[in-house]
Amino acid sequence: MIQALFGQLLLGLINGSFYALLSLGLAVIFGLLDVVNFAHGAQYMLGAFLAWILLARFGVGYWVAIVAVPASVGLAAMGMERLLLRRLQGLDNLYGLLLTFGVALVVEGLFQNAFGISGNSYPVPAELKGGIRLPFMYLPLYRAWVVAVSLFTCVASWLVIERTRLGSYLRAGTENPRLLQAFGVNVPLMFTVTYGFGAALAAFAGVMAAPIYQVTPSMGSTVIVVVFAVVVAGGMGSILGSIVTGLGLGLVEGLTKFLYPPAASAVAFVVMAIVLLVRPAGFFGRTA
Amino acid sequence: MSRTEAAPGGPRRVLFAYGLLVALGLGAPFLVYPVFAMNVLCLALFASAFNLILGYAGLLSFGHAAFFGGAAYAAGLVTRDLGLSPELGLLAGVAFAALLGAGTGALAIRRTGIAFAMITLGFAQLVHFLAVEMGWTGGEDGFQRIPRGRALGVLDLQHNLAAYYFTYVVFLLGFATLHRAIHSPFGRVLRAIRENEPRALSLGYDVARHKLLAFVLSAALSGLAGALRAIVNQFAALPDLGWHTSGAVILMTLLGGLGTEMGPSVGALLVAALETGLAGFGSWVTVVTGAVFVACVLTFRRGLVGEVRTVVLRSFHGG
Repeated sequence: MIQALFGQLLLGLINGSFYALLSLGLAVIFGLLDVVNFAHGAQYMLGAFLAWILLARFGVGYWVAIVAVPASVGLAAMGMERLLLRRLQGLDNLYGLLLTFGVALVVEGLFQNAFGISGNSYPVPAELKGGIRLPFMYLPLYRAWVVAVSLFTCVASWLVIERTRLGSYLRAGTENPRLLQAFGVNVPLMFTVTYGFGAALAAFAGVMAAPIYQVTPSMGSTVIVVVFAVVVAGGMGSILGSIVTGLGLGLVEGLTKFLYPPAASAVAFVVMAIVLLVRPAGFFGRTA
Repeated sequence: MSRTEAAPGGPRRVLFAYGLLVALGLGAPFLVYPVFAMNVLCLALFASAFNLILGYAGLLSFGHAAFFGGAAYAAGLVTRDLGLSPELGLLAGVAFAALLGAGTGALAIRRTGIAFAMITLGFAQLVHFLAVEMGWTGGEDGFQRIPRGRALGVLDLQHNLAAYYFTYVVFLLGFATLHRAIHSPFGRVLRAIRENEPRALSLGYDVARHKLLAFVLSAALSGLAGALRAIVNQFAALPDLGWHTSGAVILMTLLGGLGTEMGPSVGALLVAALETGLAGFGSWVTVVTGAVFVACVLTFRRGLVGEVRTVVLRSFHGG
């Protein structure tokens, strides 16, 4: 009984780590660029898939992939920001959402054509095989690693944004990009780099997810809708809100899976609805 | 997101355009496969209903699949399991979608823009998960073997031609309702809200109520389209509830022309033709759909009908 509970809670914590990482990237992009990055799921999928391709086709392992894949996805995203998203500046921000939605469809469709819809599995790296036997449960090492790295990345990103000069530029840009530009900061470059960073974060989450979940072309679109619910519940564009809500929602999901499994996949949206009833702007949101 | 002007060329030209479309609708089953024509009409009604909330009220709903797909299940339940007639099935679909729209809308209209889109998406996903989990819906298999039945007790819809004209009449009724709403004072207030919400509010209009009414109307007519499609296809599919369907209806509306009366129907025809044409090519349909989306957003945001109208208007004003 207690074993099962902790097992589900751990699973929830892992899901929550991915929600937190993904919604963090979404929140940073949304805050500065005012774009809801619908391609975030595709970028996450790309991360997992490129890691799998590197291993299956070229024999390149996890530790190279976890650095190289996010970097290349980030670069590609920067190109996309320059070539496509840049043209939509000054228009209604809904066009950004629609554009990234279109890009997500193209990427997902291309991968489905090339690799089919069935899942591929990615082995856990040798260094992280095995686990620790705790008094109340068995903790696989790789899962502990994922939780630890995600938490570290989230806290580090938050500290960078809240405590450093670069972060202050980012926050200033979120408040008023034109004023920031008037102070001599290269705001267009910041837009590009921020979008690249957010996408790289998604790809990073994807590489870490590869050994846990099945690697399929549709893995991004299933997770991204839940992440959107997280972002709405946490308060659109709030960095802290997305991290806390992401982890919290993962745990609530795990608890639901323990108590009443069929409701687990809907719980994110129920939580979102309740939060909206009580606080229309979300947990950490400010009403505009 | 776009502006609406009066149709160019005066009432006679407009009447001619409508007449042409009615004639085209009457002749369609002799030009193309009737089942395809029926599906186009259902999608056209869906996109036109969606256009009311996006094109006229300026609110992007990313959850209209819930109304379209949900009503299909409601219609299936009423006609197959209760054995009632197809028109009662349609009514059940409309009622279900309107109720769901009222619930979703009441929460969603508290926010605008992106948040509105996200909230509607969330509710649609909730409906999708319910359809997967609940027993009577058939889960992943969808709701199958819906009878076409007899319309009004006399017209046997088993015949494709009869089913087509039944669909066509329902489409015209739905379209006329939308036409009436768009050209009423209510429609003008919606446009005013889209263009400048604080101003509409300060002029004394109850903005929230107008938005909610528009949302419920849009949901109800999307439900009509979904229920109709379920009856003519004899099948309510699970993917119709998914967010790709919500994306598809946005594409139809955007491609044809936001805030134009005919645009969404033109877009629905193009998207349906695209999907049928690429049906044998696996996931290429997703790729092409995505590419059309990107091209649409980047190059012709007014949509086909919107661009044509701009050109016509320009030639009329000698500019």
